[in-house]
Amino acid sequence: MAAGHPTVTRDSYVPRLSFRQTVGTGFLALCMAGTMVGIVFLAVLLTDVWRDGVGFLRWEFLEAFPSRFPERAGFQSALWGSLWLIATTAMLAFPIGVGAAIYLEEYAPRNFVTRAIQINISNLAGVPSIVFGLLGLQIFVRGTIGIGPSVGGGFGRSIIAGGATMALLILPIVIVAAQEAIKAVPPSLREASYGVGATRWQTVWHHVLPQAFPGILTGTILALSRAIGETAPLIMIGALTFVAFRPEDLLDPFTVMPIQIYNWVSRPQADFHDLAATGIIVLLFVLLSMNALAVFLRQWTGRRYGR
Amino acid sequence: MAAESAATGGPQSALFQRRRGRQLFEQAIGWVLFLCAAVTVLTTVGIVLILVIEGLQFFGDVSPWEFFTGTKWTPLYTNQAFGVLPLIGGTLMVAIGAAFISVPVGSVTAIYLSEFASPNVRAVLKPILEILAGIPTVVYGYFALTAVTPFIGNFAEPTIFNAASAMVVVGIMTIPMVSSLSDDALHAVPQDLRDAAYAVGSTRFEVTTRVVYPAALSGVIASYILAASRAVGETMAVTIAAGSTPNLTWNPLESIQTMTAFIVQVSLGDTPHGTIEFRTIFAVALTLFVMTLVMNVIAARVTARFREVYD
Amino acid sequence: MVGDTERTATQSGAGAGTATAGVTFQPQASEDDAPASPPAVEIRNVSLWYGSQQALGNVSLDIPRNRVTALIGPSGCGKSTLLRCMNRMNDLIDGVRIEGEVFIDGEDIYGAEVDPSDVRRVVGMVFQRPNPFPKSIYDNVAFGARINGYKGDMDGLVEESLRRAALWDEVKDDLKKSGLALSGGQQQRLCIARAIAVNPEIVLMDEPCSALDPIATQRIEDLMQDLASDYTIVVVTHNMQQAARVSHRTAFMLAGDDLVGRLIEFEDTDRIFLNPGDERTEQYITGRFG
Ligand SMILES: Nc1ncnc2c1ncn2[C@@H]1O[C@H](COP(=O)(O)OP(=O)(O)O)[C@@H](O)[C@H]1O
Ligand SMILES: [Mg+2]
Repeated sequence: MAAGHPTVTRDSYVPRLSFRQTVGTGFLALCMAGTMVGIVFLAVLLTDVWRDGVGFLRWEFLEAFPSRFPERAGFQSALWGSLWLIATTAMLAFPIGVGAAIYLEEYAPRNFVTRAIQINISNLAGVPSIVFGLLGLQIFVRGTIGIGPSVGGGFGRSIIAGGATMALLILPIVIVAAQEAIKAVPPSLREASYGVGATRWQTVWHHVLPQAFPGILTGTILALSRAIGETAPLIMIGALTFVAFRPEDLLDPFTVMPIQIYNWVSRPQADFHDLAATGIIVLLFVLLSMNALAVFLRQWTGRRYGR
Repeated sequence: MAAESAATGGPQSALFQRRRGRQLFEQAIGWVLFLCAAVTVLTTVGIVLILVIEGLQFFGDVSPWEFFTGTKWTPLYTNQAFGVLPLIGGTLMVAIGAAFISVPVGSVTAIYLSEFASPNVRAVLKPILEILAGIPTVVYGYFALTAVTPFIGNFAEPTIFNAASAMVVVGIMTIPMVSSLSDDALHAVPQDLRDAAYAVGSTRFEVTTRVVYPAALSGVIASYILAASRAVGETMAVTIAAGSTPNLTWNPLESIQTMTAFIVQVSLGDTPHGTIEFRTIFAVALTLFVMTLVMNVIAARVTARFREVYD
Repeated sequence: MVGDTERTATQSGAGAGTATAGVTFQPQASEDDAPASPPAVEIRNVSLWYGSQQALGNVSLDIPRNRVTALIGPSGCGKSTLLRCMNRMNDLIDGVRIEGEVFIDGEDIYGAEVDPSDVRRVVGMVFQRPNPFPKSIYDNVAFGARINGYKGDMDGLVEESLRRAALWDEVKDDLKKSGLALSGGQQQRLCIARAIAVNPEIVLMDEPCSALDPIATQRIEDLMQDLASDYTIVVVTHNMQQAARVSHRTAFMLAGDDLVGRLIEFEDTDRIFLNPGDERTEQYITGRFG
């Protein structure tokens, strides 16, 4: 017993440990139950979509174009539109995003401008996607900032306008993922390269990028899978909901899977709702494949010369 | 004092070759990379410019006072009224309702993952939550309309389009945001603190709720703010499920309209560019942009404070 | 390439007295040096700041050609920093400011027209922890030559470099194997081969044996002795036996309470160890601090 606490004895404490342990167990149960909420919801959502959509899930669904009759309507133009769009987005976002990440990690001086760019990137990631849609509508579709003459008229409601908009939308994600991958490359590798007289770019090109590449690729694929599910910005730039042809070049109008799904959902007839579910199954399948590819690439890191 | 030594070398170097070409190439690369980074800045500048330019033209015709205090929103009708409060009200109602789901569920999920789950369980649960976050919002919209609303119909009488179903799905879709960011914050709490709490006889429950969670509080709160910001900017689920009735109400069983849903509605219609009706979407988008920006900046501030404490 | 000056393991120092910061230490002419060749590296009044914290204060010294020069001193006294001034490796760190001059063969490597990458081709470096590229052994050695536009027989260069680094016999059948698959000591010799494959004048080594076991250390030390016939070698070590074993001249550095590293004494190695001129050198060498 401490000298300073003459009145404190063993009996002064009533730990009630078993009660406290019971509360703890109850809390753990609560936490587990809460964790299950998301999982159960996901399971219900997936089974519901499957039940609704499996009826129309046939080969013809992928081959047919939109139609007024649910049993004849299909997903071909949306599927191809999404593929074209995602390819365009990737072509723009990948080089620009990786370039920006290289700049920020390997070139940028540590000053106010660099900090401002970095803060701007994280803020941009939080801008609602629909706002990017308005940017795309003005700059890429109409070629204007709202006053003055339109610059060259813009690209119209085309794949290139959609792809450019999507590229800006996912750019922050690509940049941050690429930065993480580049940061993970050990500094000793750079020193070794500089040590034999390599320039900055030679060091980046021969050593940093090959090491960071799997990580960059994984991050980019995940960002693209976000783009493939995006709807709102493309509605803004006027991706059409009734397109009865495959796009053939970058200036063609187009639709994409989520917009086609939205179109079917917003019709009153229940058959079209089921068609939407079929579209969702295809969309989720594509997304799942992309995620599987990303995971696969993360595992198979391509480090032929790893330890 | 180095004069003699320098003189022996002379101006024309024998040892170091002057590689103008290589140096120019290096510089050019540096500039190209800088331009890539500058694209992100231009994006922000572009967003602000177009919102402000079109927005200012809108506010030339409609007074900001009318816009921000009016309670009637009928810009597409013949008797036009430009009071944005019904849209803001609808947006906030969905965001707040969603927070009633995502905050508690996301928090206990984070606590479970960080404080209780074994590494194996974590390895299974985290990807599942990532899937939840990766499902396109149009899918959530579909589910709200075709499953959640009929389900609510078991206890109440919602209209076909109603705020409640949107709240549910937006709440669910922001769970992963709360859980993963809160999980990061809880993880950052130093082990010493847990040990100290255990050493005075705390149970795991007490360590978690009285020590770890309060220590991570600012990081956790940042996750709540970011999830709310995300809910405010959410578009497709609310467009599909909550309807397009600008309606200043607090009854979640009624149809409402959010700011984002209004923007979609106008751009799907055939409102000609350059008209005041069309410009409303820029004014609404500007409002939306500022709201989310403020929330994100606050969240970033809170996170920065949190990092200062534990880095 | 520099001519074949005869190398001897020790030199009879004629005695130069003690040094204080800011004084240039001219190598003492000895029998072996005649006719005295100019120093390979002349460091003149070099001061360096990391941001606002000064790390080197007014260091001057002349590194003799085709000799092994050791930098010793307690940890944090600025040995690595000084070493990295000689190939402008410090340029890569943000916020570094350097004053003073460094001459190699009489040329200021910090001159406005000089490309730092070119300096590093002339002044090679071996690091504290072996850091092979995650590439094949062959590509590790060939990389520097390739980027520096080497036009000759690459296979021959790789073989020659590996031979000089005393690694050839161990890896000649396995040149396609990853550099990372080698043992620590082999990796460090690979890094030496990589450094000499670009035909440098000077090779800087920053505690090259600190991550190695005694046997591997022995091999690297032998290698340093051999290489000194062709290259000027500057080695940082905080192992005093190593400095005594391998170097001809030794510089002793020390940081004061202000954390600014200064050169205390620069002498023939024998003299530093047997008869140091400065009290602090003696204290350090006899293990009384650091
Ligand atoms: N990149 C750096 N940034 C800031 N300070 C540094 C950096 N590198 C070294 N220093 C500081 O400079 C001083 C000298 O370091 P260093 O040259 O590595 O010493 P040594 O190699 O003798 O142990 C130390 O106080 C160290 O903390
Ligand atoms: Mg060191």
